[in-house]
Amino acid sequence: MYELRGVTKRYTRGKETVDALAGVDLTIADGDRLVIQGPTGGGKSTLLQMLGGLDRPTAGSVELDGTDMARLSEAKLTKVRSENIGFVFQSFNLIPTLTAQENVETALVPLGVKVKERRQRAADALESVGLAERLGHLPAELSGGQQQRVAIARALVKQPKVLLADEPTGNLDESMRDEIMEVLEAMWKEHGLTFIMVTHDSSIAKKAPRLATIRKGKISVKENAGA
Amino acid sequence: MFFTYLRRELRRRRKAALVVASGLALGIALVIVVSSVSSGMEKAQGKVLQSLYGLGTDMTVTKAAAPATSTSQRPRFNFDANDNGSTKEQSSDRVMVQGFQTLAASTVTKVDSQKGVADSVGGLSLQVIRINGQFTRGQFQQNQNSGTGQGGGRPNAQQSPQGRVEGGGANFDVNNYSVYGTDVTKPALGPLTSSKITSGRTFKTSETDTKVVVADVSYAKEKKLKVGSTVTIKSVKYKVIGLATPDSGDAAANLYIPLKQAQTLSGSKDKVTTIYVKASDSQQISSVKSTIQKNISGTTVTTSADLASTVSGSLSTASSLASNVGKWLSIAVLVAAFLVAGLLTSSAVSRRVREFGTLKALGWKSGRVTRQVVGEAMVNGLVGGALGIAIGLAGAYVVTEISPTLQAQVGGSGGGGGQGGPGGGGGFGGPGRQAASKALDVALTAPVSLGTIVGAVALAITGGLIAGAFGGWRASRLRPADALRRVE
Ligand SMILES: Nc1ncnc2c1ncn2[C@@H]1O[C@H](COP(=O)(O)OP(=O)(O)OP(=O)(O)O)[C@@H](O)[C@H]1O
Ligand SMILES: [Mg+2]
Repeated sequence: MYELRGVTKRYTRGKETVDALAGVDLTIADGDRLVIQGPTGGGKSTLLQMLGGLDRPTAGSVELDGTDMARLSEAKLTKVRSENIGFVFQSFNLIPTLTAQENVETALVPLGVKVKERRQRAADALESVGLAERLGHLPAELSGGQQQRVAIARALVKQPKVLLADEPTGNLDESMRDEIMEVLEAMWKEHGLTFIMVTHDSSIAKKAPRLATIRKGKISVKENAGA
Repeated sequence: MFFTYLRRELRRRRKAALVVASGLALGIALVIVVSSVSSGMEKAQGKVLQSLYGLGTDMTVTKAAAPATSTSQRPRFNFDANDNGSTKEQSSDRVMVQGFQTLAASTVTKVDSQKGVADSVGGLSLQVIRINGQFTRGQFQQNQNSGTGQGGGRPNAQQSPQGRVEGGGANFDVNNYSVYGTDVTKPALGPLTSSKITSGRTFKTSETDTKVVVADVSYAKEKKLKVGSTVTIKSVKYKVIGLATPDSGDAAANLYIPLKQAQTLSGSKDKVTTIYVKASDSQQISSVKSTIQKNISGTTVTTSADLASTVSGSLSTASSLASNVGKWLSIAVLVAAFLVAGLLTSSAVSRRVREFGTLKALGWKSGRVTRQVVGEAMVNGLVGGALGIAIGLAGAYVVTEISPTLQAQVGGSGGGGGQGGPGGGGGFGGPGRQAASKALDVALTAPVSLGTIVGAVALAITGGLIAGAFGGWRASRLRPADALRRVE
């Protein structure tokens, strides 16, 4: 359960200041699926950073299950990220020198999972996204869609509460896009996650049960009864 | 994960790792070659100095220079002028203690008891000046005219006969040679160790006060001495028991006799001029030097290193080149290599901003990411070190194989200048001075000591740490939000 109150993020570069987020209030229930859209530079990624504890707001509070992440120490915030939050990025962000399996394992490293169990869980996660045959492949040896599947497996292997995805299909062609959306939706259903996704894709946005639009740092949420 | 990740990074980014490593390797190889060549120089100098000192001597102890030389010590010769017509040869030996400065023999015991002293032995260096020849008394020639005064007759003319001394004179030879009084009970230390007995035998340890002498081969040749011949020093007859050939350069002395005999000859009972000291640890020589100088007042301690400053010629030129230019060059290269390694590592981290940001976003602690970067840099450093050691060893091997010849001039042209003089340092007025101004050819080697290798490994680790510090600092400042950064 997310509770955002008056979240403002101000970036200062020299004399220029940009309010990427300007007083965002937002509540997201557990198991919810929220799609965020909006024009480029609107503040979508910035909001996702706040939700994922990657950065702190300039003002306001970001509560996850009653804990204000804006006030947590760096160490505690790191712990929250490692335990509760899974990330999927637009450009996959796999470690290029590690195999698919090792990439997935990196998510379990901060949890102190023993090597053997770690390998097993990584292999299982890769199997669940349909990559059982690709454990030893390097990212460069995989297609874009496969790489994003590895990233999804990495995000979910620790069984987080929240899955955050920033334009997960942005770097993929259409056929792969649908494939990845299917995988993500299946995972959402299977794991009972809170799933928040940023997308530019209007066809995806149309299908979303709950749609948030961010413009110039301001948010508006629309319930989509039809979806 | 640490090792897996490390291994993968190093294997899959081999080129970047090699660039960092080879920079460090170059620096380390240079350090090895320079330090091994310097130690080769030292060894070469040691060889030269050994001809002065004898094997195993790390330093000598002599009396500190006294401000004035007592006049009574000046050589005096007493000759009787012979009577008319006599052609009898006379000779007189003047035995002087070299440098006129002596230490009590008890000092040897004192030196021996100092910390870090493995062994010590005292010796007495004598200089003998022999003058022999004929001395004839002049004859008084009466002036024939003296009696017949010239009229006035001056009173003074009557007081003494007029005339002059004629025909008196001397025809003599001056002969100068050195005698070293050696402690026969300690044959392992002292100047005689730098010579081999090539004929006859050396002293028995029981011959502490026996009238026997070992002669230097060249001196023996000059004086036509053989084993069994007799040498007279100040009217004392010594039997030649052996001939000694120096290993290199000139001999320390012309004649070697038991210490007690030398003391008796020179009238310096229980005195020595020089104490030869062997340190228990050759690395601790300078501290042993200061210990002795502090605890035994009135002494001057001269180490091989001090003496080395009197070595000149291409050896010393090369040696100072190695220790100055070589040292600075290798420091410069090393610093540059460290810096380049650091900057390369740092820029490698910059190229991996998103990678490390992602790991932080996944919940990796900043320290874990930093450790990974430092680990990579350390391995690069160690690879560089291994490479550098290999190149350095090869370089040192090549120098040793070529073994260029260097010339050493011991003591230099003014070598004897300050000898015995009050201000001349009085220091190592040992028999070594006799060998002054002798040129020696020494082959240069480049021995690599274990210490050098250990030092090289330490440098490699330092290089890795410096590179790691640069990269680690950079990595530690990355934020998890950098995972979303649009780079390149
Ligand atoms: N690190 C930063 N420093 C300065 N300004 C920033 C930074 N990150 C984002 N901004 C600015 O904040 C605003 C919002 O950026 P954000 O990345 O959240 O937009 P977005 O909605 O994700 O856009 P896009 O659809 O292009 O991804 C933009 O004007 C951007 O320039
Ligand atoms: Mg964005």
